[in-house]
Amino acid sequence: MSTTAIAVAEHENYLNKEYGIKSWLLTTDHKRIALLYLMSITFFFFIGGFFALLIRLELLTPAGDLVQADTYNKLFTMHGMVMVFFFLIPVVPATLGNFLVPMMIGAKDLAFPRINLLSWYLYMIGGVLIMHCMLTGGVDTGWTFYTPYSTAFTNTKIIEAGLAAFVAGFSSIFTGLNFIVTVHRMRAPGMTWSRLPLFIWSQYATSIIMILGTPVIAITIVLVAAERLFHLGIFDPKLGGDPLLFQHLFWFYSHPAVYIMILPSMGIISEIIPCFSRKRIFGYKFVALSSIGIAVLGFLVWAHHMFVAGMSVYAALVFSFLSFLVAIPSAIKIFNWTATMYKGSISYQTPMLYAFGFLGLFTIGGLTGLFLASLGIDVHVTDTYFVVAHFHYIMVGGVLMGYLGGMHFWWPKISGRMYPEGWGRLAALIVFIGFNLTFFPQFILGYLGMPRRYWDYSHMPEFQILNVLSTAGSTILGVGYLLPMVYFLWSMRYGKLAPDNPWNAAGLEWKTSSPPTTYNFDETPVVDFEAYDYEHIPDREVPGES
Amino acid sequence: MAEHSSSVGFYILIFAILLVLTATTVGAAFINLGPLNPILALGIATVKALLVVLFFMHVKGASEKMTKVVILAGLFWLLLLLGLTLADYGTRLWS
Repeated sequence: MSTTAIAVAEHENYLNKEYGIKSWLLTTDHKRIALLYLMSITFFFFIGGFFALLIRLELLTPAGDLVQADTYNKLFTMHGMVMVFFFLIPVVPATLGNFLVPMMIGAKDLAFPRINLLSWYLYMIGGVLIMHCMLTGGVDTGWTFYTPYSTAFTNTKIIEAGLAAFVAGFSSIFTGLNFIVTVHRMRAPGMTWSRLPLFIWSQYATSIIMILGTPVIAITIVLVAAERLFHLGIFDPKLGGDPLLFQHLFWFYSHPAVYIMILPSMGIISEIIPCFSRKRIFGYKFVALSSIGIAVLGFLVWAHHMFVAGMSVYAALVFSFLSFLVAIPSAIKIFNWTATMYKGSISYQTPMLYAFGFLGLFTIGGLTGLFLASLGIDVHVTDTYFVVAHFHYIMVGGVLMGYLGGMHFWWPKISGRMYPEGWGRLAALIVFIGFNLTFFPQFILGYLGMPRRYWDYSHMPEFQILNVLSTAGSTILGVGYLLPMVYFLWSMRYGKLAPDNPWNAAGLEWKTSSPPTTYNFDETPVVDFEAYDYEHIPDREVPGES
Repeated sequence: MAEHSSSVGFYILIFAILLVLTATTVGAAFINLGPLNPILALGIATVKALLVVLFFMHVKGASEKMTKVVILAGLFWLLLLLGLTLADYGTRLWS
């Protein structure tokens, strides 16, 4: 351990400036709020994961023998709700985004620090509501709340679960608002739009979706509540409503919500790949603008979730065509990342392993998305495990790979400590193997016709072998997710002290101390360099590599 | 921002107009105007939304171009929501 490193660790920073619970619960420091989010989001991840394991355990045998059918309905509903609204949507923006956005643009904090804290409290209020809902009976509609079942038939806790999503939605709107204003107003001198790190572009694009989409799901939840409580005829045909109107409104937000989840992870990959390839990103402008392209096009494709629901076939044709379009900006990113690695000096540190995982899994998820955008194939596989596998390849294979890659990449900055590299690589490998073993069999199951949301498949026992593989994979995946949590916590006390820039990476966040001081920079930095200028950054001595 | 629009009295006036328009919406719902009922209700709602956006949200008199871009983007998105949803409703009977 060098003396410089000790000096770095002992400097006053955002972690040791103040102590006590009050200093955390009333903080307006974006980095501390990021850590508050990190702890609460991790908690909800494990709750959602627990439900997933119970689902997989039930499907280990064809008979419905572990839980009752009603309980199974509640399990997959609560798994979906917790994972979507309380994990996947906020996970990157609220943790790494909160921590990094001001630092990457050379600002002291976000534009509205108190609104930032408020957003965490709203998230927690939503979280308490969903926990209460879970513990007092739960919901059985699926996370999609489809009407008229949700408004006229089920007697589970629809209103409370809707309220939880409604409140958490405002937390997401506040985060988006904060990021947009911060990026517009608080960039350091010289930090032009064409010098912004691609992580910032992705957060900006995500914020646009958060602000423009979230109010629609909020008002849709209010309409569901109005119909359920006051019998206003909006979605229930018996009352003069139209059930497909619900699906239009719901998916207008919930499809772009997938891009709220994946875009920030794409931003992380855009940071990791140039750093571990020691090369400038290939086609910066295309990668940057493809984020905006995904955000905009993502709003034009929602009805591909409704192809078999009874909508007009002419509209279905239009939505099918539009759904294909969104593949273009996604493919631009994949090809540009690959071109960045071409002839690069690649090293296989943990963040890069996750980036590789992301590239493969997101590509499989994206390509199977094209299958589902085709009307004919969609009719065949709608509501089967093929769909389940497809969106898990995007939302778990893509989002979580990116998130874990980012957590390893910036952990030295966040904590001031290095994580154990060997364990990091092992965990990345376990996650990759566990993930594919869990979800690849589901593509085959779905293609062969196994419907999703069935608790008992005793009339088709030939599906058991693939289900056993999937359940076995989920336990491996669970270990892969637990490991980083254990060694991150371990490293906070026993990890090697991290230098300011352990990866010799470009970007302003690496020019501050590890961990950073409360206001990030002692002096406002002046930016006179391009992003990812790796040709002019000396190669590094990688920790664990030498 | 124009001077008159920042006084408390002005905001109270806008609030009063909003209340009157709400009462009108409720009142109109009790009169059978046939297909005109939803048109009237949506018309009044649009006027109310305009009042809120222009005065309570300070868009009238805002000097920043960015504010206008944001408003236009919001309207454009609403158009996407309505337009593409109507693409379904408008063509459902064709087949």
